[in-house]
Amino acid sequence: MPDVLLSIADIPWGVMTIVLPLAGAMSSFLWPRRALPLGLATALAIVICVAGLGWQLVQQGAQRYAVGGWGAPLGIDLYADGLSLLMLMMTAVVGLGISIYSCGYFNLERARYFWPLWMFLWAALNALFLSADIFNLYVTLELLGLAAVALVALAGGADALTGAMRYLLVSLLGSLCYLLGVTLLYHSFGSVDIAILAERVESSPTVWAAMGLMITGLLLKTALFPLHFWLPSAHASAPAPVSALLSALVVKASFYILLRLWLELFPFASAALAQLLGLLGAAAVLWGGLQALRQTQLKMLIAYSTVAQLGYLFLAFPLASITGWTGALYVLLSHAAAKTAMFMAAGNILYFGGHDRIVDLDRVVQHLPLTITAFALAGISIMGLPPSGGFIAKWLLLEAAILSGQWWWGIVLILGGLLSAAWVFKVVGYAFTRSEVPHEARAVPAAMEWTALLMAMVAILLGLFVPWLLALMEIGLPFGGVGSAG
Amino acid sequence: MSPALLYALVGVGLFTLGLYALIVHAHLLRKILAINVMASGVFLVLVALAARTQGTPDPVAHAMVITGIVVAVSATALALALMLRVRAATGRAELAEEPLE
Amino acid sequence: MKKSNKPKPITENDSRQTQWRLLLVVPLSALAVGLGYAVLSLPSQAPGLSKHVAAKLETSGVSNPVTAVLLNFRGYDTLLELGVLLLALLGVWSLGAAPKRHEPPPGLVLELLSRLLVPLLILVAGYLLWAGAGAPGGAFQAGSVLATAGVLLLLAGWRLDSRFSGLPLRLALVAGLGVFLLVAVVLILLGGRLLEYPPSFAGALILLIEAAATLSIGTALAALFLGGRPEKGAHR
Repeated sequence: MPDVLLSIADIPWGVMTIVLPLAGAMSSFLWPRRALPLGLATALAIVICVAGLGWQLVQQGAQRYAVGGWGAPLGIDLYADGLSLLMLMMTAVVGLGISIYSCGYFNLERARYFWPLWMFLWAALNALFLSADIFNLYVTLELLGLAAVALVALAGGADALTGAMRYLLVSLLGSLCYLLGVTLLYHSFGSVDIAILAERVESSPTVWAAMGLMITGLLLKTALFPLHFWLPSAHASAPAPVSALLSALVVKASFYILLRLWLELFPFASAALAQLLGLLGAAAVLWGGLQALRQTQLKMLIAYSTVAQLGYLFLAFPLASITGWTGALYVLLSHAAAKTAMFMAAGNILYFGGHDRIVDLDRVVQHLPLTITAFALAGISIMGLPPSGGFIAKWLLLEAAILSGQWWWGIVLILGGLLSAAWVFKVVGYAFTRSEVPHEARAVPAAMEWTALLMAMVAILLGLFVPWLLALMEIGLPFGGVGSAG
Repeated sequence: MSPALLYALVGVGLFTLGLYALIVHAHLLRKILAINVMASGVFLVLVALAARTQGTPDPVAHAMVITGIVVAVSATALALALMLRVRAATGRAELAEEPLE
Repeated sequence: MKKSNKPKPITENDSRQTQWRLLLVVPLSALAVGLGYAVLSLPSQAPGLSKHVAAKLETSGVSNPVTAVLLNFRGYDTLLELGVLLLALLGVWSLGAAPKRHEPPPGLVLELLSRLLVPLLILVAGYLLWAGAGAPGGAFQAGSVLATAGVLLLLAGWRLDSRFSGLPLRLALVAGLGVFLLVAVVLILLGGRLLEYPPSFAGALILLIEAAATLSIGTALAALFLGGRPEKGAHR
C-alpha cells in the first residue's frame, strides 16, 4: 500500500477546493433533510483547504498541477499563484459568511434546493480560479452561469423569473462569444493552455478577432457599461444571500478571466483598447452612481452600486502599472466584503419589515442596530473613506493615475466617491426616521445580523492588513516581471 | 478553398444569423432557438477546422464539441423550463421591459 | 393562442422596428465579414493536437482517440460537464413541479412502437457504451440513446413509480458524477494525481466511469424532458 500519509505541503489543497463542493452538492442533493449541516460542513472544509493552499503557495511559490499526470498541451493544468489565491480566499470568506447567513434565511423547501445549487456555484468558482486552460474556463463559466441563474430564480415571482431569464440569455451569449474566441485561438496555435498560448501568440487578424470576441463575452458577464443592462434586475430580485453571491463573487469571476487573458495572452493589445475600457469603466462609475441615487428600493440601489464599483476595476486598464492592478484587485476584494454586508443588511431589513422601500425604513436603527452598523461600515468602504479596504483601493488607483500622468481618472474616482456618499447617507438617514406606513415586524435571527456585521468588518480590516495582502498578491508575479507565466 | 474552410465560414454565418435573431425577436422561444443556432455555428467552426489534418481529424476538437453540446443541451433545458415559468407568472413568453426605477 | 385572421395594418411602430432591424444588419454584416476574414487567414493545414494524442494513445486504456481525450486526457472537463448536466436538472427541479399535462391515452401506433423500440434502444445504448473504447461511441452517445428510450416512454404516458422517484432516482442521477469523482479522489489517495489512471487499469476504470455516466446522462435527459420535479404518487 503506497504511503498515504502526506505532509501538509504535499496534499493537493487546490484540487480539494474543487472536489469538496462537488461532493457537498451531490450529498445535499441526495439527502435534502441534511442539506444544511452538509452545506455548512463543506463550507468549513473549503475554508481549511484554501488556508492549506495559501500555506503551500507561501512556502513553495506558484503551483502548477497537471490533472491526470499528462500536462499541457495534451491534458489540463491547474495553476495557483497569488492572484488566484486571493480570489479563492475572497470566495472562501464570503462563502462561509453566506453559508452561515443562509441557515436562518431560507425555509425548508427552498433550502433543499439552495444548498446543492450554492455548492455547485462554489465548485464552479474554485475550479475557475485554479484553471489554466481556456476551454476548461469555458466549462467552468457555464457551470457558474447556470448555477447563478437557478439561484436567482429560487426567489420565485415574476421579477425574479424575468431577471433570471434575461441573465441566462446574456450569460449564454457571453459564453458563446468566449467559446468562438477559444476556437480561433486553438485552431491558430494548437493548444488551449494559457502558458503555451502565451508563448505562441502573436498579433494577427485571427488573434484580434479572438481577443475581441473573448473580451466582449467576458464584459457581458462582468456587466461593464453599456453591457450592464441585465444586472440590476437579476441582482435585486434574487434572494438576499444570492444577491450577495452574485455581486461579490460571480461578476468578479469573469473579470478574473479577463485580467488573466489581458496580462498573459494579449500583451500587445493596443493602448486605444485600454483607454476604451477605462472610459467605459468611468461611464459605469458615473452612470451607476447616478442611477443608484434615483432608486426607491434598497436592493435595486445596492445593485446599481455594483455596476458603479465594477467600473473602478476597469480604470486599471489604461493605467497599466503594478500599482494600478493592485488597486483594482483591492477594489475587487473590498467590494466583495462590503457588498456582501450590504445585501445581508438589506436581507435583514426585508425579513424584518417585509419590504425594502427606502423611505419606509421605520427606525431600523433602533430595531436592528447591528444591521445598520453593518450597512454604515460597508458604506465607508464603498465610499472609500479611511480606514477601509475601499480607501486603500482608491488611494492606489489615484497614485497610479497621477504617476502615469493620466490625472483625469482621478476625477472619476472622486466623483464616484461623492455619489456613493450621497446614497449611503441617504439610506442611513432614513433608517433614523419613522415610517408613515405601519407594518408587521418580524424578529431577525441573530446569525443573520452578526454575519452582516462581520462581513462589514472584513471590508474595514482589509484596509489594515495591507502589507500581507500585497505580499500575497506578488506570489507568481502575475502583474509582470520575469517568469509571470508560471 | 478547402471544404474545411468553407464549413467554417458557414459556422461563422450561423453565429451571426443567430446573433441577429437573438437581438431582434422578442419571444423567448425564438431567443432560445437563436442561442442554439449560434452554438451550432461555433461547434461547426470547431469541427470544420479540425479537419485540416492529413489522416484522422483532430480528436481534441471533437471532444470539445461533445462537451459543448452537452453544456448547450443542459442550458437549453434550463432556459425552456424558465421560459415556461415566466409565461406562467407574467402571462407572456417575453421579457418585460426594464422598469426605469 | 388564436391569431387574428385579418392582416394587421403597418403601423408607425412596425416601420420603426424595421428601420432598427435594417440598421442592425450593417454592424452584424461587418462582424461576419471580420470573423470570416479571421477564419480564412488560418493556415489550411494544421494538425492541432492529433499528433500528441496519437503518441500517448496506447497508455490511455482505449483505442478510440476521441474517447481517450474525453475520458482520460481531458477527463477533468468531462467531470465538470457531468456536473453541468446535473446542475441543469437541479435548476429545473428547483423551479417547481412538472407541469400537469392532460394527455389523451396513447394511440395504437405509439403504444406498439414504444414496446418494440424501447428494449431495442436500451440494447443499442449498451452496445454504444461498449463500442466506445475502439470506435465512435461512449458514455454521451449511449446516454443520449437511453434518454431517447426514456422520452419515448414518457410520451407514451408512463411515469416512474413513486417508490423510485425519491432517493433511487437521485442516486441514478448522481451516479455518473459521483463515480467519476470517487475514482479521481481514490487515485490521489493511492499516490497519484487527480484522475491519473494507472495504465494497466485505465481501460477498466474508463468503462466503469462511462457505465455510471451513461445511466446518469440518460436519466437526467429524460427527467429534463418532464420540465419539473416528478410528482409523488404513481400515475398509471
